[in-house]
Amino acid sequence: MTTHTGPHPTRRLILQGAVSVALIGLGNLPFAPARAAANDKYPEEAFKQKSEADAIKALYGRTAEPSDKVKLDAPEIAENGAVVPISVTTTLDKVTSISFFVAENPNALAASYRVPDGTMPAVANRLKMAKTTNVVAIVEADGKLFSATKEVKVTVGGCGG
Amino acid sequence: MTSSIRVRATANRDITEVQALIQHPMDSGFVKDAKGELIPPHFIQELKFACNGKEVFVADWGPAVSKDPYVKFSFKGAKKGDDLKISWTDNKGGSDETTAKIV
Repeated sequence: MTTHTGPHPTRRLILQGAVSVALIGLGNLPFAPARAAANDKYPEEAFKQKSEADAIKALYGRTAEPSDKVKLDAPEIAENGAVVPISVTTTLDKVTSISFFVAENPNALAASYRVPDGTMPAVANRLKMAKTTNVVAIVEADGKLFSATKEVKVTVGGCGG
Repeated sequence: MTSSIRVRATANRDITEVQALIQHPMDSGFVKDAKGELIPPHFIQELKFACNGKEVFVADWGPAVSKDPYVKFSFKGAKKGDDLKISWTDNKGGSDETTAKIV
């Protein structure tokens, strides 16, 4: 570590101040009772999990089985890990949610979508990937979890650091 | 101020396809700025779509969603001329909303 005596400490203080304010702001939000209704509140805890397995457990409370009825569309190679187009479609019935996990990102859960009655069980989005790893899509259908997995090679990581 | 939300909702018979593009930095909290300081996380957490008072799609996002996020989905039960309301909130309490006509 260097021992700067310049403007660094001040800036750090200001930044910390900003973070504290943000945290206080969050503190006012009513905290969701742990997974009481996985499908209607922002899944704060699931987004904090490091591993894919823990994130799935925190989000859904059970495990998924691979299914060929879940079609995960992602590139073989992503030149830019900051913007990886990924989409999912499924022929499963009674879909209530679709979630995307990037196994080796700092936090595995990337996005989770709630699919009400009348909405098609398909979603396209763009995710960041830190490095070459598996992308996992999970479809919740009729209370069960089904998954599809695909490895995406990343040339330039998209999470910085 | 112009809206951060750009949306196109197209009805084809009974299915409406929605594409939304939102301007947002989606900072992950893992990236350093030019001075080597971590940029604090700043990302959209919830994005909601409602049509005729009924929620038709909700996205829960973490910081791994790309900058200026894009999302596409389709739903039934709307027709041309109906209103689609889109709203988001981020982890710093920021928010925006807009209403689009389905064409």
